Amino acid sequence: MTEFLASPAGVLALTVAQTLALLVPVLIAVAYLTWAERKVLAAMQLRQGPAVVGPFGMLQPFADAIKMLMKETIIPTGASRLLFLAAPMLTFLLAMLAWAVIPVNDGWAIADINVGILYLFAISSLGVYGVIIAGWASNSKYAFLGALRSAAQMVSYEVSIGLVIVTVLLCVGSLNLTEIVRAQETVWFVIPLLPMFVIFFISALAETNRAPFDLPEGESELVAGFFVEYSSMSFALFFLGEYANMILMSALATILFLGGWLPPLDIAPFTWVPGPVWFALKVAACLFVFIWVRATFPRFRYDQLMRLGWKVFLPFSLLWVVLTAAVLKLTGWLPA
Amino acid sequence: MIAGLAFYFFAFVLIAAAVMVVTARNPVHSVIWLIACFFNAAALFLFAGAEFLAMILVIVYVGAVAVLFLFVVMMLDVDFSQLRQGFQRYAPLGGVVGGILLLELVLIMAAWRFAGEAEAFRAFPVPEGVGNTEALGAILYTDHIYLFQLSGLILLVAMIGAIVLTLRDRVGTKRQDPATQIARSSEVTLTRPELGQGIRREDIQRPLPPAPKAAPKPVDHEGGHH
Repeated sequence: MTEFLASPAGVLALTVAQTLALLVPVLIAVAYLTWAERKVLAAMQLRQGPAVVGPFGMLQPFADAIKMLMKETIIPTGASRLLFLAAPMLTFLLAMLAWAVIPVNDGWAIADINVGILYLFAISSLGVYGVIIAGWASNSKYAFLGALRSAAQMVSYEVSIGLVIVTVLLCVGSLNLTEIVRAQETVWFVIPLLPMFVIFFISALAETNRAPFDLPEGESELVAGFFVEYSSMSFALFFLGEYANMILMSALATILFLGGWLPPLDIAPFTWVPGPVWFALKVAACLFVFIWVRATFPRFRYDQLMRLGWKVFLPFSLLWVVLTAAVLKLTGWLPA
Repeated sequence: MIAGLAFYFFAFVLIAAAVMVVTARNPVHSVIWLIACFFNAAALFLFAGAEFLAMILVIVYVGAVAVLFLFVVMMLDVDFSQLRQGFQRYAPLGGVVGGILLLELVLIMAAWRFAGEAEAFRAFPVPEGVGNTEALGAILYTDHIYLFQLSGLILLVAMIGAIVLTLRDRVGTKRQDPATQIARSSEVTLTRPELGQGIRREDIQRPLPPAPKAAPKPVDHEGGHH
């Protein structure tokens, strides 16, 4: 058995098995996130939400998926066919690709690479292509305007996310995601770096095009923004990609600030719970806040969005990087 | 063996994509081929063991620069037939520039290959047991911090220059100042008037009513006629 696992075919088989073991739960989580969002929003608005299909409407995501599959795929006249179909695939692919480096428990990452955080940053910065290509290939004014908004928005907020990541890296001294979690054994970074966590979370909302920053699809002015021309499974892929990105950003927040798989206190009742369960609980808590924000805040105006990103977050996070570096240097806590 | 094959695969795709950048008819397709080039170059960096450079290439060039390219190209209203007219005129110039670059590359590679002492010129060999992120960081921020800061300053000057060149002070724009808006909020209060009494404030300042127009001088129609 060990001989087989060491051979190239064995390595390949093992990687495929690991990938399936990670992606199948992620996909189920995506399906149930759509259900949870409708349930939570309904509870916040004193409604019932999905309650007909299955117990508590739990089978609703699958009913939706079957309905989507039955619909006709429409490609508009004048659309760039290849790119039009490639854009939703790209969005979904990138949302799945990033999971390769996420450590769910100590040493449970599929690829435990040295520059894991840079890999995640690179993948999340590619997400804009799905949107921009969809907007252009649709050959529609609404879609195009949505795509342009989205491109500007995502590029702007990546800058502050980058600086937030730099602050965390200063405290860790490594770009490896497992090392980042291990560095939080004494204290989770959310406590010393609370302002950066807030900035990261708000930027994550903007990066995933979620309310109150869902301008790319602002239905009151752009109908549905960049995916207005999409139907059937191509629309579903955008939809699933958005939710998978939300889970990914929550996982990233968990790893960077909430101590990944670590229990809140290193004492008996907390240590009985296995690491992946803690990880999932923290991700779920972040996702709840994503939905809570959507139920609470109205949509930002476009100029206010840009002002917040460039004039508030960027200077503040830059200041905080300098401050963190100075404190670490003066107190001698700088990791070797 | 597998690594060698993969290297040639990525190198071939890189060159093919580069050719497509130049020959694609639609500029948007050109930019997408360019992105493919960046990806393959990142893969080649990974083969060379430069994982930091590979990731930075994807983040900076694919994630930011190419997005701006795509942005601009999509906004432009390009007339394709006009673009093709220029091809005959610019082809020799492009060929010469490309030829010079190729020649330089060949010369550098040849000199590197044949000079025995070339390896000694490598100023900063990667130290043992240190990841290349750390090694690069040490060179940039510790050994050459002043040069690094200087290059940063040059970029800052370029940025300020670009802003100064394009900034126009337009008249009549309405600016929103969130600070004043937030500061003002305490002036607005809610009151609960007595039922049937209504609310009447004596000190409220309303804009003065417009001055009554001067009454038109009555034209005397009576008695003037004969």
